[in-house]
Amino acid sequence: MDTSKHKIDIDYVAQLARIELSDAEKVKFSGQLENIITYCEKISQVNVDGIEPMSHSFPFYNVWEEDTPESTFAVEDVLLNAPKADEDQIVVPRVVEE
Amino acid sequence: MEYEAVIGLEVHVQLGTKTKLFTRVPYAYGAEPNTLTNSVVLGLPGALPVMNLQAIRDSIRVGLIFNCQIPEICKWDRKHYFYPDMPKNYQISQYDKPICQGGEVEIELPGSARNIMGKHRMVKLTRIHLEEDVGKLTHIGNESLVDYNRAGTPLIEIVTEPDMHNADEVFAFLKSLRMHLLYAGISDCDMEKGQMRCDANISVRPKGERKLGTKVELKNLNSISGVCNGVSFEIKRQIESLESGQRILQETRRWDAEGGITISMRSKEMAHDYRYFPDPDLMPVKISKEWRESIRAEQPELPFIKQERFFQQYDLPYSVTSVICPDKELSDYFEEAVSLYNQPKMIANFIVNELLRELSVAGTNGSLPLAESKVKPHHLASLAKLVDQSVISSQIAKEVFNEIFKTGQNPEKIVEDKDLKQNTDTSAIEKLCADAINNNPKAVAEFKSGKDNAINAIKGQVMKASQGKANPKIIDEILRKLLA
Repeated sequence: MDTSKHKIDIDYVAQLARIELSDAEKVKFSGQLENIITYCEKISQVNVDGIEPMSHSFPFYNVWEEDTPESTFAVEDVLLNAPKADEDQIVVPRVVEE
Repeated sequence: MEYEAVIGLEVHVQLGTKTKLFTRVPYAYGAEPNTLTNSVVLGLPGALPVMNLQAIRDSIRVGLIFNCQIPEICKWDRKHYFYPDMPKNYQISQYDKPICQGGEVEIELPGSARNIMGKHRMVKLTRIHLEEDVGKLTHIGNESLVDYNRAGTPLIEIVTEPDMHNADEVFAFLKSLRMHLLYAGISDCDMEKGQMRCDANISVRPKGERKLGTKVELKNLNSISGVCNGVSFEIKRQIESLESGQRILQETRRWDAEGGITISMRSKEMAHDYRYFPDPDLMPVKISKEWRESIRAEQPELPFIKQERFFQQYDLPYSVTSVICPDKELSDYFEEAVSLYNQPKMIANFIVNELLRELSVAGTNGSLPLAESKVKPHHLASLAKLVDQSVISSQIAKEVFNEIFKTGQNPEKIVEDKDLKQNTDTSAIEKLCADAINNNPKAVAEFKSGKDNAINAIKGQVMKASQGKANPKIIDEILRKLLA
C-alpha cells in the first residue's frame, strides 16, 4: 500500500487526544493511522455522482421524547468519580483561558 | 481617512424547556450545584442521548419568526475539545446541517426623539443551530470548581451576517431579538442569568472598500450595555490602530467592563481543531412541510406587525404603541379592554400612565406581574365609559383607578360609595366660580389683560373647592361668561 501521500503528524494527533506516546509508539501508530487513511481513500475510486452523503447507515429519523422531567443523580453519587470535591462541586486545576 | 466598522454577532439563547436537550433531567436556574445530572449529562460510558422534541419545536418556531429556511433534514455533530466544562470531551452541536438557514431580524434604530419612531431595517442571519450548553466553572485561587447543572441544556446559536455597522445597530438587534423570543415564549433572555450570551466579530475598513478588514472576536459581553460599550470601544481601538500605521491582529479579545477596555486573550499557538463528525448516537431530524406549516400557523402576531396594526386600527401614538406592543400579555390585555368599551386612546393611557406605574412599585421585589394585578381589562373598560359619559372627570378617574388597584372593586361601585360623581349642577358651579373670581384678583387681572392661561389658576381653585367633582368644561364656560 502506498502511504506516502498520507503523512500523519503524530505529535499533533497525540496532542489533540491528550495522550503521551513513546518514540516507539509514535512510529508504530503513525504507520497504522496512515494505513487506515489510505484504506479510506478507496472511496475516491468509486463513482459517487448523485449519491447523497449520509451520516448513519440506517434511515431512522426523529428518535425523541416529550419534555417531561425524570429523576436525577444524587450529588454524592456524582462526586464519586471526582478526584477532588469541595462544596458539592468538582475541583480541577485552574483552567481559565487568558 | 474615513473608516467603516463591520459587525457580526453570535448570540446564544437558552431555550426554556423543562428538561435538557438529550436527556430528561430537569433544568432550573439557581439549583444547588450538581443536583441536575445523570449518566448522559456526565458523559458516563454507555449513556445514550435522546432528543427533546420540545427543543426541536422551539427551534423551528424561532426559525419561522425570523423567516429562516427550515431544511427537511438536520443532524447532530460532535465538536471535540478538552475542557472541564464538558465531561465527555465533546459538545453535541450542529455543524453542516443546522436546523435553520438564512433569515433576517427586523430592527428599529433610535428615533430622533424618544416619542418618534426610528427607521426599521432587516439584519441578515447566516443560520441558527441547536446545541447543548456546557457546565459552569468558578475560578478560585489555583483551582476551578465545576457545576454540571447547566451542562446539556438546550441552546440556540443565532449567527448573523457581518451586517451591522455601529453599536446602535447592535443594541437594536439584541433588543429586537429579545422582544421576539419573549413574545413567542421561547426564553426569558435574561443576560444576567446567562440565558442570552453574545460574542461579536468586529472589523473596520476604509469607507467604500468592499473587502472586509481583519476581524477580532470580542467575548465576555455580559449585558446589553456591555455589548454596546465593548463594540464601541473595539471599533475606536481598531480605527486608531490603523490610523497610527499599525496592523490589526486576528485575535480574540475580552471586554473588561470595569476598565472600559478590550484585552487580548493570549490565544494558543494552534488554531482550534474541533474534528467535527456526525454523532453516531443520535439519528437525524426530519421536518416535514406539514409539520413546519402547522407550527407556522400557531405563530402569534409579531410585535412590529402588531404595532403597525395598532397605528391603523386604534390611531394610537408611537409613545404608547412602543410601550404596549413589545409585550404580548399587555397588548392582549389592552385589546380585551377595548373589545369591552371602544375607547382605545383612553384605555391605552390608563395602561401606560397609571397601570404600569402602579405595577412597577407594587411588587415585593421588583414590579408586580400583570397577571397578579387586581385591575382587569373590564375595570378599565368601565372606567373609560364613566369618563366618556361625563359621570366622572378624568382627574377623578385617577383616584378611582387607584382604588380599583387596591381593592379590585368595580369602578361604578367605587364612584357610588365615595360619591365621586361629577357635578353638572350649573348653579352650584356658578357659585363656586364667582367665589374663585373674588378670591383671585391677580389671576383675574392677568386674564383680563389678555393672558388666557391665567384662567387655569382660577379653574384650579374651582376644581379644588368642588373636591374635583365639577365638570371642567362647564367651569370653563361659566368662568369665561363671568369674566367677559
